Amino acid sequence: MSEQFGFETRMIHAGSRPEAVSGARQTPIFQNTSYVFQDVDHAADLFNLQDFGFIYSRLTNPTVSVLEERMASLEGGRGATCCASGHAAQLLIMQALMHPGSRVVVSTKLYGGSITQFGKTFKKFGWHGDFVDTNDLDAVDAAMTEDTKAIFVESLANPGGVVSDLEGLAKIANAHGVPLIVDNTLATPYLCRPFEWGADIVVHSTTKYMSGNGTSLGGCVVDSGTFNWAQNNRFPSLAAPEEAYHGLIFHETFGDMAMTAYLHAVGLRDLGASMAPQNAFQTILGSETLSLRMDRHCENALKIATYLEGHPAITSVSYAGLKSSSFYDLGQKYLPKGQGAVFTAQLKGGFEAGVKLVESVNLFSHLANVGDARSLVLHPASTTHRQLTPEQRSSAGAGDDIVRLSIGLETVEDLVRDLDQALST
Amino acid sequence: MAYGDYSDEHIKTILGSVQTIAMVGASANPNRPSSFAMKYLRNKGYKVVPVNPGQAGKEILGEKCYGSLEEIPHKFDMVDVFRSSEAAGPITDDAIRLKDEKGISVVWMQLTIINEEAAARAEAAGLTVIMDRCPKIEYGRLNQELGWGGFNSGVISAKRPKARIVS
Repeated sequence: MSEQFGFETRMIHAGSRPEAVSGARQTPIFQNTSYVFQDVDHAADLFNLQDFGFIYSRLTNPTVSVLEERMASLEGGRGATCCASGHAAQLLIMQALMHPGSRVVVSTKLYGGSITQFGKTFKKFGWHGDFVDTNDLDAVDAAMTEDTKAIFVESLANPGGVVSDLEGLAKIANAHGVPLIVDNTLATPYLCRPFEWGADIVVHSTTKYMSGNGTSLGGCVVDSGTFNWAQNNRFPSLAAPEEAYHGLIFHETFGDMAMTAYLHAVGLRDLGASMAPQNAFQTILGSETLSLRMDRHCENALKIATYLEGHPAITSVSYAGLKSSSFYDLGQKYLPKGQGAVFTAQLKGGFEAGVKLVESVNLFSHLANVGDARSLVLHPASTTHRQLTPEQRSSAGAGDDIVRLSIGLETVEDLVRDLDQALST
Repeated sequence: MAYGDYSDEHIKTILGSVQTIAMVGASANPNRPSSFAMKYLRNKGYKVVPVNPGQAGKEILGEKCYGSLEEIPHKFDMVDVFRSSEAAGPITDDAIRLKDEKGISVVWMQLTIINEEAAARAEAAGLTVIMDRCPKIEYGRLNQELGWGGFNSGVISAKRPKARIVS
């Protein structure tokens, strides 16, 4: 969707007009479960999806919907569906596309938690993930089958500094009649524009840079509105009659709004993983400063990656902003304003050196999150990725000698000094 | 994506001035998109007159249905076309022919309905034409309702909206 206003204006204003009754300028927190109907006919219209309005906060909530419209606007999409977490967003979108026996082509470089979700838990629903090195476009094309419903990648992978070739992947997905789904969490819509490269769906963990403070869990599915769900018989949730709504066909009735309508009216209704209004509010506050923070995150990250690359205790640094990275060119193409602030460093001392580093730092917080205002450090092999096999860890860029850094907004010289003392002790 | 670069003010002016809408292709099936739009527009205070030859003489949502625009025995401001782009041609020509008799000022073609030749004829005859839009979606978009469902309205404003009184 073409936007009339610039990105920064939309960060602050999209979805959020002054509240009509009081004039309140900041978005009110509607800490509220349910909404009074005007009369029985109005209630019927709402339940039949014939009118816009609120029924129950499991489906929609006025504070959450402000964040939804803002996310849709920032990504340049038609609509957005917020939910409880990034994992909930992945469940929501896959539920809309998959049926028992369905397949999805998934990047081997996903965040470890997503590899577990796609590889183990989704299997219980009969959804099969075909894990492929998605930077090998021929391998992606070869993995596509009649039962494949989507290609799923991260624009900037967590943690390996891997940049996906979105344009190439979108061509393959659309040639096979399926959507390209891009997790844009670590890049954010400020650094990377998946829809402009042909992606159809974007998912987020808003827990990370969108909120930016490490206060609030959240997820979001943004739909471009450009995928034709009726082009083949693969997407009956959107293109076949929905029994629970008297045989309504989402694609026919809602057109380019079909996916967002479905994700609320069926997805959130039945999966129940709704975003809390308080979390939506915190994330709205964060979104107002997204571009400013991302510029500084990227500036600090490049300085620290450069410092580490020259350090004698470090074998290599996988940051797409470094010329030594094999993803440097893709990074310049897809993330021209900066290549994010989450990357890994490989330690000469192996597993023990990783443990020692996370225990020796003073300013870096040792915890399992990324995309915070604070600098964070993690040894994936002993934490987030410990449920994976050594082979999976290694292919996800999280081997035993790897530490993951999420560079925050502190004074960069202080961060360098902290790493310096931790690496030399 | 949407056809044409209609300004929000232009759409607002149309939706703010029109009172009676002849909906060509109104369906008696309550699960068809036209029924959704008709019900919504009625709730917002518009009189919607269904036009559908297959339902002529019967009622749709309590409104008498007519077989053609010509058969509507009273004035109406807008023709809302819920038919194919091809069918929109002769419907538009009917609207041009009846414009003075019926007081028609707007021909509105629904989402995905585009007929540029018909639009040019109607505009030459002094009618306002909108194509590839839905009046329900536009009404909701310009009145802050669309965002309730998580949709991108494209509307950005720091002005305080007027609270609407619903009794």
